[in-house]
Amino acid sequence: MSGTISGGRLLRVHEGLFKKNDQQAARNRETFRAARVRAVNLLSAPGAGKTAILERTIRELRPSRAGVIVGDLATDNDARRIRSTGAPAEQITTGTICHLDASMVAAAVARMGLDGLDVLFLENVGNLVCPASYDLGENLRVVVLSVTEGEDKPLKYPVVYRNAGVALINKMDLAEAVEFDRQTAHANIRRVAPEARILEISAKTGSGFQAWLDCLANIST
Amino acid sequence: MHEASLIESALDIAVARARREGATRIRRMTLGVGALSGVDPLALEFAFGAVVAGTMAEGADLTIEPRRGECLCMRCQYSFETDDLLPACPKCGETDIAIRGGQDLHLLSLEVV
Repeated sequence: MSGTISGGRLLRVHEGLFKKNDQQAARNRETFRAARVRAVNLLSAPGAGKTAILERTIRELRPSRAGVIVGDLATDNDARRIRSTGAPAEQITTGTICHLDASMVAAAVARMGLDGLDVLFLENVGNLVCPASYDLGENLRVVVLSVTEGEDKPLKYPVVYRNAGVALINKMDLAEAVEFDRQTAHANIRRVAPEARILEISAKTGSGFQAWLDCLANIST
Repeated sequence: MHEASLIESALDIAVARARREGATRIRRMTLGVGALSGVDPLALEFAFGAVVAGTMAEGADLTIEPRRGECLCMRCQYSFETDDLLPACPKCGETDIAIRGGQDLHLLSLEVV
């Protein structure tokens, strides 16, 4: 369909900007299904403890095998930390891009392979805004809130919480010291993600980890 | 700044379509931006000029058409529109709300020569 405006032609398009990403995410999901790997997209603000959570999770998941694809703007420090647990880790250095997208994940999966893996963690770039809109093909989306960030984070960044299946509250070992208000935090998460399962953990002490591991064992694909 | 990535996606779609139509330049791109997408229209405008530089859309205008969020109350089943990222049902006050639309972005149209 076309029309004329000031000598130009008007072309109607109406195409979604996430269409290409969503199509690749669907292909990723099929790849994970065929390889019998459960994929988990992990999102949080910088410093909430995603890498520390994964280090402990990988150790405690054994004998199940986990791999990690980790996104950062720069450095491969997180991938090196993960590899020190013995798990395969593939770094995506995103440069100026503030999120992982489905095609970056597909390329990293092709480099690393999924052989022998039961769980694949997609550790997103530390950012509560940009990664929210990009489906990576994951089977479970997990948002991490640490007690030091304040109870109102979910209300400030509702979009990232919207599709979360699990909300992890990390650094519970510090809760008392920072006067963390559990009830308010839970209510705020419920407000933006009524369906999400809320788990309180400490990656440092391991408290709450059994419920988290059970959660990972029961991901539906 | 995922606004730059979003403009790149829009530009890819626009350039492919413009070429198919035998156009040589893109003068205007019109984007529909959902109020619940979490995307900042000002940041889109800021990214636009930089992303289209050196392409067939260089110098083009960007028009943004806001789209309202479409919600369904999970308690009383009332359907309503809102721009609020933390929607509550205007009838019964419930905050368990299913979002049915207004989370996405579309390239709506192009003006080409």
